[in-house]
Amino acid sequence: MLAPLIGAAVNGLLNRRIPRQAAGLLACTTVGISFVLSVVVFLRLTGMPAEERFLSDILTTWMGFGRFQVDLGFAMDPLSAIMALIVTGVGFLIHIYSLGYMAHDDGFQRFFTYLNLFIFAMMTLVLGENLLMLFVGWEGVGLCSYLLISFWFNEEANAAAGKKAFIVNRVGDFGFLLGIFLIGVNLMPHLGAGEGVFSFKVLQHHAGVLAPAATAICLLLFVGATGKSAQIPLYIWLPDAMAGPTPVSALIHAATMVTAGVYMIARMNFLFVLSPTAMQVVAVVGAATAIFASTIALTQNDIKKVLAYSTVSQLGYMVLACGVGAFAMGIFHVMTHAFFKALLFLGSGSVIHAMSHEQDMRLMGGLRKKLPVTYATFLVGTLAIAGVFPLAGFFSKDEILWKTWASGNTVLWVVGFIAAGMTAFYMMRLVVLTFYGENRAPEEVKSHIHESPATMTAPLVVLAVLSIVGGWVSIPHFMGGGAHFEQWLEPVFAQPEVVHHAADTAHGAAAHAADTHGAEASHGSHDTTMEWILATASFLWGLLGLAVGWVVYMRKAVIADTLRKSGGGFMYRVLHNKYYVDELYEAVFIRPGFRLSRDVLWKTIDAGLIDNFLVMRSALVTLLAGSVLRIFQNGMVRFYAWSISIGLAVFVIYLSFSG
Amino acid sequence: MEITLTHYLVLAAALFLTGMTGFIIRRNAIVMLMCVELMLCSVNIVFAAFSRVHGDAGGHVFVLMNFAVAAAEAAIGLALLVEIFRRRRTVNVDDLKALME
Repeated sequence: MLAPLIGAAVNGLLNRRIPRQAAGLLACTTVGISFVLSVVVFLRLTGMPAEERFLSDILTTWMGFGRFQVDLGFAMDPLSAIMALIVTGVGFLIHIYSLGYMAHDDGFQRFFTYLNLFIFAMMTLVLGENLLMLFVGWEGVGLCSYLLISFWFNEEANAAAGKKAFIVNRVGDFGFLLGIFLIGVNLMPHLGAGEGVFSFKVLQHHAGVLAPAATAICLLLFVGATGKSAQIPLYIWLPDAMAGPTPVSALIHAATMVTAGVYMIARMNFLFVLSPTAMQVVAVVGAATAIFASTIALTQNDIKKVLAYSTVSQLGYMVLACGVGAFAMGIFHVMTHAFFKALLFLGSGSVIHAMSHEQDMRLMGGLRKKLPVTYATFLVGTLAIAGVFPLAGFFSKDEILWKTWASGNTVLWVVGFIAAGMTAFYMMRLVVLTFYGENRAPEEVKSHIHESPATMTAPLVVLAVLSIVGGWVSIPHFMGGGAHFEQWLEPVFAQPEVVHHAADTAHGAAAHAADTHGAEASHGSHDTTMEWILATASFLWGLLGLAVGWVVYMRKAVIADTLRKSGGGFMYRVLHNKYYVDELYEAVFIRPGFRLSRDVLWKTIDAGLIDNFLVMRSALVTLLAGSVLRIFQNGMVRFYAWSISIGLAVFVIYLSFSG
Repeated sequence: MEITLTHYLVLAAALFLTGMTGFIIRRNAIVMLMCVELMLCSVNIVFAAFSRVHGDAGGHVFVLMNFAVAAAEAAIGLALLVEIFRRRRTVNVDDLKALME
């Protein structure tokens, strides 16, 4: 974890003075080192018995007064291990990709500095031993996101996008912090000596104490997650974040940072299961986001925007998984999504690079022949995200849908199911518009189209392979697999006995979902059939989505146009303009806020009250006092003599009468 | 009539008051200095008188010290005054207001 930090520091300080090769090499190496180390620790964890898989390294006490103690420490357990592997592994591939993509850019060194810094912050987030360390990393990745989105800050739009990302994130963080405070307040009276108040181990141990406040706490924490992981209503920054360089979109906004929210929820699973209400809210928001974003993605013309909304939608799935108690599946989807989404983004970057930075799909087409590797890997990614067996996406998405169904949330299942179909559809649309048909680009762009260099295509291939095999680590039971992923994460998500009973009496369905043992037990009974049915259904549905997309956009691109112009005109406009959400926020929040700060706070209070009243008055007091005392400074010697005599007389009189 | 301590004290008081009044009223700096000398003189008389009454030689010693101080002060005062006159052609104290606010 320190390696990327060193890389960031060196690159940042030396910046221009070292040649580009060195900077890039250094950055990639540091991440590579991190990855290797992550693998090492992972293997070490596998060697340990399941219950004890926990390594921690507490460096020092960060804050401590009285019983309030927070340590500066890092911990590695199965969950962090997975996240660490994802972050460093995919991060490493993206670093290599960036060597090629950013080769012609002036800010080459600066880019790698920020990238390394990001990896460092993300590692802090996932390896943090307690909630505050997580938050440090949380803020750190927010900062890096801002830096990287507005990387080409000479364009006003890019800077604005960066600001938007950070500010929206901040709003979420506000809720997050309130949640943290609530935890602290509720937990403090029950702590033993020397127990770090926000340490995850401690929190898990004392979870029962927090039960009454659990709903409030979890909802607040979830607000933070909506900001970071782009759920409704705080997803608005993610599409705008596409203003940043494509590797940034791949790393931060597909594979890692946006999954921080999901990670946090999974980390705090013991708290979330105490509050069925919060879980339900999480699930509903997740499902709603999934389908909402899918609908928007159907009409976007910018290749990266489609992927951005796709990310929001997929994040919705992950959140949905956590909401129904399938935390392991949420994380599983994090992993598979990291693979295929990074692949898709990097692939789109390859396309954009080839098209001289043109991103509008309406000007693309027929790139299949000119960019063979990109095309092939991109197709793999598309199949993965559409949930086609046996690629990775099928396993993770299908498991999520299954768990949703099994927890009794049939409506949510339907929502997720429909969204999955849409996903397949718009992805196919993207593929067809980009790679098939006639090339619609202007002449000078067309002449420059070329396949990308090896530094860019190699990671694409690796990710494609991972997208294919990534799902195989957790073939669910009903298919004869060992559900290894779920087993691996069991110690993290196992619920203590007390919670079992409380949840059982409270809400039967949620308890069923929260109990991973229960899920395994159920497969032996009638539910296996249902699993098969659902799995096949989603597989076929995904294929259908792909097929429809193919037909519509390959054969009759005209169909889309006529649909648009006729009855679907209104619908199209709404979707294309993203439901006017940004405009809504602008009207409701931004403009009143601006007016408030300018007229009330600035003019009235600052200029009027403070400047005028307080400051001037105190100056006047001094002036008045001065003018009074000036009388005694007249330079007249006789006056001075006279005053001395008076004083002497008074003194003598006083003495003679008090003696 | 017997010359008692009281006579001496009254004399000293009269001298002192005369000196002080003169110091306040007169405008000529040289005259002011002379009034200061008067005041110092009256103090001398008081010390000498009390010294005689209590048989304590300390009073006499202080009188001698007083002489020295008066002499020094007169010297300095006059030197300053001469210098002021050279610059401003006046010894009228009312005209020396340069330190006024």
